[in-house]
Amino acid sequence: MYRSHVLVCGGTGCTSSGSLKVIETLNSELKAKNLETEVCVVETGCHGLCALGPIMIVYPEGTLYTMVKPTDVPEIVEEHLLKGRVVTRLVYDETVTENGISSLNETNFYKKQHRIALRNCGVINPENIEEYIATGGYEALGKVLTEMKPMDVIQILLDSGLRGRGGAGFPTGLKWKFAAGNQADQKYVCCNADEGDPGAFMDRSVLEGDPHVVLEAMAIAGYAIGSTQGYIYVRAEYPIAVKRLQIAIDQAREYGLLGKNIFDTGFDFDIELRLGSGAFVCGEETALMRSIEGNRGEPRPRPPFPAVKGLFAKPTILNNVETWANIPQIILNGPEWFAAMGTEKSKGTKVFALGGKITNTGLVEIPMGTTLREIIYDIGGGIPNGKKFKAAQTGGPSGGCISTENLDVPIDYDNLIAIGSMIAIKIYLLIVKSVESPCLSDIYGIVVPVQQRYRFVQRRLFVKFDPQYSFLKFTVMDYADIFNADSGCRQNRGNRGDGSGFIDQIAVQHVGTLDRTDILHRN
Amino acid sequence: MKSLEELKAIREKMQGQVGLRAESNAQTRVVVGMATCGIASGARPVLKTLSDAVQEKQLKDISVTQTGCIGLCQYEPIVEVFEPGKEKITYVHMNPEKALDVVNKHLIGGHPVTAYMLQAHEA
Repeated sequence: MYRSHVLVCGGTGCTSSGSLKVIETLNSELKAKNLETEVCVVETGCHGLCALGPIMIVYPEGTLYTMVKPTDVPEIVEEHLLKGRVVTRLVYDETVTENGISSLNETNFYKKQHRIALRNCGVINPENIEEYIATGGYEALGKVLTEMKPMDVIQILLDSGLRGRGGAGFPTGLKWKFAAGNQADQKYVCCNADEGDPGAFMDRSVLEGDPHVVLEAMAIAGYAIGSTQGYIYVRAEYPIAVKRLQIAIDQAREYGLLGKNIFDTGFDFDIELRLGSGAFVCGEETALMRSIEGNRGEPRPRPPFPAVKGLFAKPTILNNVETWANIPQIILNGPEWFAAMGTEKSKGTKVFALGGKITNTGLVEIPMGTTLREIIYDIGGGIPNGKKFKAAQTGGPSGGCISTENLDVPIDYDNLIAIGSMIAIKIYLLIVKSVESPCLSDIYGIVVPVQQRYRFVQRRLFVKFDPQYSFLKFTVMDYADIFNADSGCRQNRGNRGDGSGFIDQIAVQHVGTLDRTDILHRN
Repeated sequence: MKSLEELKAIREKMQGQVGLRAESNAQTRVVVGMATCGIASGARPVLKTLSDAVQEKQLKDISVTQTGCIGLCQYEPIVEVFEPGKEKITYVHMNPEKALDVVNKHLIGGHPVTAYMLQAHEA
């Protein structure tokens, strides 16, 4: 039994700022002080406050230490873990109040958040299935298999109002209903973990912090539509996510939560990983399925839709990671619980990656209908150095810029389209006027030449972002008559809802200094 | 996995562990003084005993934490129990046996152990 748990973020953000070294030092310090049987060190997924990484939380006190360096570790062990004295200089300053240290949940960053998809991220050890089970994991699967009919499961999703989090916002229950209604000797359940939009890392954080939730949800879907095989298509650029997913799959098989005769109900379901090799286009569902089949990842026209003819020409459902992450909680808490959150047509919560000129760069989950102002100023901590807000970009490459007059529009699928941005409410890149950074008009100045190139792109060439980061430099690949493949590819917003548009719009990504301009296409 | 019961058994077993990471305002806090004076007079085994007992008995909404010097060094090891909406109770001259007594009689039974309280030693 441990009296104290030290959680250190092992997500990609904190790993790159050195958290693994911190864990290493922590383990050796604990050993030196003979505390290794009293204090356990847990490597978790993302806590969200990536700007302040490496993040460390010490329980039971719930003390949040930020920007922890290996050299700080001996002091934390000596003072906090041995003597019970919080190392104030490293504590997240938002939690320091006149009356001592306040709870994490009371800080501005966490107060307005509502974590459903991210509920276990930064809380459990993602490489230990028993920690997932301890927070209610696999109970939804057990409930579904032992107490419910497939149609009941689909009805719960329909009633919940859950819409696809990948961008198009298609009702998840409806998708499942279509696939369930089509007869076939085999059907497939797929997970789209090919999160390609620059600056977006919502799906990665779920996979790294809570991989079992995706497996559980996919097994639930397998039962609902009558499938025994699932595939997770994950980008190879997410090595930590790939590793943890594989560990999770192995553990789930070992515990009999994947494989044959799950919960002794006669239901079989298994999942395999497929790694994407860096083609952005494979985030589009038909291209993704072709890639799983072992073919070149190219989109094909729809219909037929995947629910009729998808992977290996069998009825298939494909959902995005974040969509999957909501499903077990909806089953356990009921559709009314979920539908009570959010706006009229956009239920539940949405995870956002915050980036650019904002104080709390990181990951947040908020109820649909929260305004951009709340996200930027209350949760995000505003714009550094007292600069004025000028615009925020949402929705990745295909999104649009939202300016001051729309700061108070409640954010949901429909409102974002209405104000000219993107349904796939994915990322924010704040572009702030300041002396040292270019102002918005500068950005537009860049857009014009990019747009010219874009017209060129439209003449059936496939443009790929050049990773050299050089300004306006991109490579033209030698193939792909992709645009012809899909006559729906006209970059107006009207046809995007049905998912048929393939290349949508130009986007300029502005991160920090103006050194990177991407031309990208999306599904 | 053959049944929901099997799943629940794992959940129960792990609850004590992961429950440590819960943050709730309704929590009872059991605080052990762990300054030099506390440690010197044997606070560490007390802390360990309290922490283990709370987890083994799967007591919900109780956290066992440590603090620095309370200022009553001659009474160490000191354990304070903060229950929501109640007066703080201070136990002094604690040892592992007394700590187990406090868990059973006070934390589980709801009756503070008067004999170990500061008031009993002050006179």
